[in-house]
Amino acid sequence: MTPLTTTNDDLTITDPKMKAHGVDVFYGEKQAIKDVSIDVGTDLVTAFIGPSGCGKSTFLRSLNRMNDTVASARVTGRIELDGEDIYAPSMDVVQLRARVGMVFQKPNPFPKSIYDNVGYGPRIHGLAPAKADLDVIVERALVRAGLWDEVKDRLGESGTALSGGQQQRLCIARAIAVDPEVILMDEPCSALDPIATAKIEELIHELRGKYAIVIVTHNMQQAARVSQRTAFFHLGTLVEYGKTTDIFTNPRQERTKDYITGRYG
Amino acid sequence: MTFNAAALLLLIAGLALIGWLAGRARSALLAGRTGAKLHSRPQYHGWYVALWLFAPAAIFLAVWSSVSPALITNSVLASDAAQNLPAFGFERGAILSDARNVAEGHQATVRIPAAAALVRPYADATHSYAWIGIAAMLALALAGGLYAFTRIRPDFRARTRVEKIVMALLLVASLVAILTTFGIVLSLLFESIRFFRLVPPTELLFGTHWAPTSGAPQDDTFGGIPLFWGTILIGAIIAMIVAIPIGMMTAVYLTQYAAPAVRRWVKPLLEILAGVPTVVYGYFAALTIAPALREFAVMLGIPNASTESALAAGIVMGVMIIPFVSSMADDSINAVPQAMRDGSLALGATPNETIRQVLIPAALPGVMGGILLAVSRAIGETMIVVMAAGLSANLTANPFASVTTVTAQIVKLLTGDQEFDSAKTLAAFALGLVLFLVTLLLNIVALRVVKKYREAYE
Repeated sequence: MTPLTTTNDDLTITDPKMKAHGVDVFYGEKQAIKDVSIDVGTDLVTAFIGPSGCGKSTFLRSLNRMNDTVASARVTGRIELDGEDIYAPSMDVVQLRARVGMVFQKPNPFPKSIYDNVGYGPRIHGLAPAKADLDVIVERALVRAGLWDEVKDRLGESGTALSGGQQQRLCIARAIAVDPEVILMDEPCSALDPIATAKIEELIHELRGKYAIVIVTHNMQQAARVSQRTAFFHLGTLVEYGKTTDIFTNPRQERTKDYITGRYG
Repeated sequence: MTFNAAALLLLIAGLALIGWLAGRARSALLAGRTGAKLHSRPQYHGWYVALWLFAPAAIFLAVWSSVSPALITNSVLASDAAQNLPAFGFERGAILSDARNVAEGHQATVRIPAAAALVRPYADATHSYAWIGIAAMLALALAGGLYAFTRIRPDFRARTRVEKIVMALLLVASLVAILTTFGIVLSLLFESIRFFRLVPPTELLFGTHWAPTSGAPQDDTFGGIPLFWGTILIGAIIAMIVAIPIGMMTAVYLTQYAAPAVRRWVKPLLEILAGVPTVVYGYFAALTIAPALREFAVMLGIPNASTESALAAGIVMGVMIIPFVSSMADDSINAVPQAMRDGSLALGATPNETIRQVLIPAALPGVMGGILLAVSRAIGETMIVVMAAGLSANLTANPFASVTTVTAQIVKLLTGDQEFDSAKTLAAFALGLVLFLVTLLLNIVALRVVKKYREAYE
């Protein structure tokens, strides 16, 4: 078996935001992730690609401990955020999730107004002592998510009344509003049409540098367009991790090459 | 010769079996002779014949069984012997039923001498109507069977036809309950109209004094307000103060916190609670809760504390309603997509914040529907209030005092000796009508709310 290329010398991730080392994830008896080690850069967009069921979403969900909500899930190994073990007993999972935000596959705005959707996180975390502060936070988050101009006159309307693409940007604004350090995106465009997808990709470009972004996608073109680093997962293992340009033009592993060229997937 | 519906049903069932065999055989035979391919398998041809034979005859049988007694009585009344019967009332009915019992062989001789002359006409009428009925039924069965039998051809679409007939039968079955309800409402309505001829509706709906047995018809004796207030106090206020918080918290615990093993045990247990006969709750309310509450009230120095109290009935009724509220809330919370919960948790909300700020608001319309259904059940509940709330129509907000409800008064009005044309008895029907209309309204509103809520997530 060819040696796995996990962390590469030429990756030049000098200041990783998150580090995973030897991570295994189990669902009951079934092992979904086997011995994955990866560093996520602070100012980079990292894409996880791979065929369906390869474990990329599972691994993503272990980065903010969303797997905790699945009763049978068990994570071993070490995952760090700024050098701190996020699975340590002393880690406050509520604070962790405020620092590591998440955007889901299907837009899931709350059945509340647009304003309250964005204001939800800041309110529960006490980020906005006064209404005026919250107004500022909500506006800034919506501006950053590129949604402000479309909704500024109807902040009181229900978030569920927006179009699919707008809903997904609302969910991104909602995540941004609690001022996270990392944003995890789990196939954020898979339920959207091409135009809405293009807008989200553009948004990811703009958010890069402000947040460490990890995006799971089954769309290789999307990974190539939006990310600087790409990790290829297959059957629960991390097959290859490197600069996106290298992965797509000059993969080192045969399996990566086969996947990139559409031999399977 | 009497008209024995059960035996006749067996008879046409037997005929249908013959029809089934004949239809199947004929279709197979036709297919064999002409060499054509059958559109439907032989069984379907058999079923087609059997259903055509059975269904019209069975429907006729059902109709005939219900109308023939009236026809028989009419023809007996038309006979000469019936002309010296008393005009109306109890005696006339007794004579007629005595004669009928002898004629049908339920008893050997008449008990009332006047009935003797009617036995013969009764027997004759019974006999002739039975023959008419049997002949008509058989004719229908044979006509249906022959019609179906002659239509059998290889390309006849018996399979589709059977499907249609089965659908029609299912429709008839589902109409039975609806039509019965409709009949009940009509009878309620007619008796109520008789009551409202004696007592104006405004008195029942807005009068504040309830004393139907006082025998003083001029007074304001049929004022329903104390009953309506008692019903609301017990069913919609006290019971809901108990049931809504406990039911909601149960649902939240079961859907969000309970381990699957706990849920597997607690949910069925709650459902068993819903199946306890209300009379058992009534005992509990009357023998355990009510005396304890009275002592408590006396200790507090509350006046009018009674051993029968609104509070005792309301609390126990609330406990009875908990499973309804929790089961509806459980369904509504479960119907909120998992994505909603994940979205909130991923923002760093605690499970408790997620429940209070996302899940319950999202589930609220469904929960409201459940609560309305629970109220409608609570105000229709009878045994607990009869046993624990008392029968004195007090217009009071003191929950330790004895109050009465619409259902408890209906029971009181309809038990014991009575005449069916006095205002006192008829009042029970009018109260029943009011109760029916209110619960109907509540159910309609509740179902609409629940439906609208379901649409929001589909």
